[in-house]
Amino acid sequence: MLMIASLLCGLIFGTGLLISGMVQPTKVLAFLDIFGEWDPSLAVVMIAALAVAIPGFALGKRSVRPLLAAQSFWPAKKSIDQPLVIGSALFGIGWGLVGLCPGPASESLTTLSPGVAVFLAAMTGGMLLHGLWQKSRPMVKNEGALANTADG
Amino acid sequence: MANFTPVSAALGGGLIGLSAVLLMLVTGRIAGVSGIFGGLLDFKNNDIGWRIAFIAGLISTPLIAGWLGYAMPTPKMPASWTVIITAGLLVGFGARLGSGCTSGHGICGVARLSGRSIAATAIFMLTAIVTVALVRHVFGG
Repeated sequence: MLMIASLLCGLIFGTGLLISGMVQPTKVLAFLDIFGEWDPSLAVVMIAALAVAIPGFALGKRSVRPLLAAQSFWPAKKSIDQPLVIGSALFGIGWGLVGLCPGPASESLTTLSPGVAVFLAAMTGGMLLHGLWQKSRPMVKNEGALANTADG
Repeated sequence: MANFTPVSAALGGGLIGLSAVLLMLVTGRIAGVSGIFGGLLDFKNNDIGWRIAFIAGLISTPLIAGWLGYAMPTPKMPASWTVIITAGLLVGFGARLGSGCTSGHGICGVARLSGRSIAATAIFMLTAIVTVALVRHVFGG
């Protein structure tokens, strides 16, 4: 049941990305290009998503436990630390270079575009590199365990 | 603003928000794609069933849409492989180091009013806007 619910959520998420046009990198880049012919569509996507998610998550925080799991995995970290700032800055540069982020990139796999496949392979490589780098730094191991519930 | 599509953007955005809320209320998980994807690469992690299911749903959406008569346009990618690979590496490494991406921080994190996610979203929006400005208007790509 947990798997079916998760699959359906993936489908709804994918449908939202598809309908909103955010699977198209040119649409994303047109939002980020504030000095060019600006397309504010992505801002509308975020506002609409938040209009649903803010009350929805407030409800989730008040509920004792989720419908099909023993507990909710709310992210635990609170402080704005250096990894968050540097990681987000690097992520933004990559996002701005191509106009793809992990959701739309994954969803685009079946278009069989060689560019998308290479992007996904590089993205996976970047994630693996991060994992290796974390393992090579024993000081942060405890912190890593604590941060098992990443923000997203 | 000739390409502005507010109606489909609002409809699609609403569905993305709905998916994030349902995943939390039903499974107790955060709908952050880099976190879900990244968790699959950690082989000590045995909490993978729901992750595979979510990604499978995401990947199969265009196939189902195709059967229903809507063909997803092929994404327009840069011509340079160097740019594509650099961008992929930055997106993957950065999302893991920063604990999230556009969905995990930008939608879920901001929706639960997390200071970390609001900061992360502001930072990646800013560096992305600066990157596009440099590529398109300074170096004239």
